[in-house]
Amino acid sequence: MADTEHEFVRSQMLPALAPPSSQVGAVRWMRENLFSGWANTALTLISAYVVIHFLWGMAPWWLHAVWNASSLPDCRKIIQTDFGPHAEGACFAVVHERWKQLLYGFYPDTEYWRPNLALILMLAAIAPILFSHLPRKLLAFSALYPFIGYWLIWGGTIWFPVSALLGFVIGGVVFKLLAEKSAVVAAGAGIVIAALWWMFGESWLEAALHAALPISLPSVESRDIGGFLLSIIIGVSGITLSLPLGVLLALGRQSNMFFIRSVSIGFIEFIRGVPLITLLFTASLLLNYFLPPGTNFDLILRVVIMVTLFAAAYMAEVIRGGLAALPRGQYEAADALGLDYWKAQRLIIMPQALKISIPGIVNTFIGLFKDTTLVVFIGLLDPIGFINAIRATSEWNGIYWELYIFVGALFFVFCYGMSQYSMYLERKLRTDHR
Amino acid sequence: MTPMSDAMPEIATDRQVDRSKMTVSAEVAVQIEKMNKWYGQFHVLRDIDLTVHRGERIVIAGPSGSGKSTLIRCINRLEEHQAGKIVVDGIELTNDLKNIDKVRSEVGMVFQHFNLFPHLTILENCTLAPIWVRKTPRKEAIETAMHFLEKVKIPEQANKYPGQLSGGQQQRVAIARSLCMRPRIMLFDEPTSALDPEMIKEVLDTMISLAEEGMTMLCVTHEMGFARQVANRVIFMDQGQIVEQNEPEEFFLNPKSDRTKLFLSQILGH
Repeated sequence: MADTEHEFVRSQMLPALAPPSSQVGAVRWMRENLFSGWANTALTLISAYVVIHFLWGMAPWWLHAVWNASSLPDCRKIIQTDFGPHAEGACFAVVHERWKQLLYGFYPDTEYWRPNLALILMLAAIAPILFSHLPRKLLAFSALYPFIGYWLIWGGTIWFPVSALLGFVIGGVVFKLLAEKSAVVAAGAGIVIAALWWMFGESWLEAALHAALPISLPSVESRDIGGFLLSIIIGVSGITLSLPLGVLLALGRQSNMFFIRSVSIGFIEFIRGVPLITLLFTASLLLNYFLPPGTNFDLILRVVIMVTLFAAAYMAEVIRGGLAALPRGQYEAADALGLDYWKAQRLIIMPQALKISIPGIVNTFIGLFKDTTLVVFIGLLDPIGFINAIRATSEWNGIYWELYIFVGALFFVFCYGMSQYSMYLERKLRTDHR
Repeated sequence: MTPMSDAMPEIATDRQVDRSKMTVSAEVAVQIEKMNKWYGQFHVLRDIDLTVHRGERIVIAGPSGSGKSTLIRCINRLEEHQAGKIVVDGIELTNDLKNIDKVRSEVGMVFQHFNLFPHLTILENCTLAPIWVRKTPRKEAIETAMHFLEKVKIPEQANKYPGQLSGGQQQRVAIARSLCMRPRIMLFDEPTSALDPEMIKEVLDTMISLAEEGMTMLCVTHEMGFARQVANRVIFMDQGQIVEQNEPEEFFLNPKSDRTKLFLSQILGH
């Protein structure tokens, strides 16, 4: 029986047409997102009113901004003469007047080129770490940078960082020589010999070399280093040191060796259970009691150590999360191929665990960077410290929005940069094609 | 139709298996004596005695939980045994990490879930162990890797990531990755259990050609057709012990123990 009802033959193919104008571009987007029903339309109008009202209220403050004045009363006078007796406006003149302190602290004016150069070199040093397509040889410069940066900022004789660097070289050579026998013994011997060098050999070599060839920059004391320079020094050192330490702690926490596991767990739980500010007070006041008499290291160095330890404990837990997310099969496959523990960690486990942990790691980094402002409580003059100092002067007494906006904006630039980089890295490392 | 055909499992592939190089020598590859293993209180492996000669193709079958995977994972020390002795290629497995790494680099292993390294390309998966364990120069390692990738018929995928390949392709890469270490023994832990039917065939083909070259193989598998075509010995395990072992023909046609008969009737669908 022929089924004529369902019979159909197309005699002419249809051409492709553009979609109707109400279904494309901005018009469609607005229809779908802003005006999709009467409730949404009402909410859109109310929100628009609130936003406009808010901007309308703020606009004069920004538009009346004064950039040149010597004090807050001066500033107000300028605004009132220009915009009427009841006009209000921002007084960014304070930033204009005091930006050097906010950025460099009491660093000597004539030496500003040094932190500037250190910052530029720092960008050059971290570039090959952040972007893997740059030549790998540049990493040698990255490894040297801490010594260059230290010398540029603190000054003094160049032979101090050189002989300090030599300690790492000596330790490294000892490790290489013994590594064939046993990695643990080699690492221990390397650390001990490097420490002996720093305690006894280093100052002697430094003095000898300095006598032979005095190359030095004028010394700058730690108490003169402040403002954003201080935040960056503490933040960048803390970030670069806490990641490797966090990796070791995370591995230690999973170790089969009872002693290493207990120490790692104890350290992580202790540090996480104590507020950072307590640790900073410890660094500034108590640490000297625990160290052998006569040792007196720099307050900034002590703060860097404390901030690093603090961030490392959080980092360890973030990385532990990454390790836990890896399937057991990855460990087994690495084992089955005959890779030893450290090679398996370096080549197979860590690259994947760290990739999984990127959001958490960057979170910790951003937190660490913002926490550097806590050093104001132990008398270091970071940007917040300078805001307090500036507001205490008779010229700028009563000002606050402008300074906090400026400092906030600088912090935002750094933190947003880190966040954007982490997004880039996550996209780049996405190889699972889910 | 041969009279035995209704009791014999279907053949795994339609190709002819070349048995000319499948020779068993007197040399012992793996020697297991009175080996026992416990998980806590649970006795997983009981008094295992097994001698594998070089060139043998052994299929280990049995119900799930019978300890067959655990047995072959003990051979490269992914699992530790608590009593008895395991000697692989003349090296006894003890707590000595050096010996363990040595054994592992001589013994290749293929897993049920492939366990490729997802952050590395196919080529990098294959060259990693030769470069870092064997210290092979990079160029040579790449040549070897391409050779084995051609052998498993996926050289064109070398620069892709594992996530871009099908399951069957991934398993073949996993086999190539093991072969790049030039192992003398290959262990297969249910290599086809996680694959679709048409992919099972391509992996079995690869395993058959490996057997044809005389590789010593221990396979935990439910592919009874493969056992029939390739194995020289089939071992049936239950409750952590070896219940029966025999040549495939005898094993499938005249199983001696009731437990084996029951298992075969279930797995062959009779």
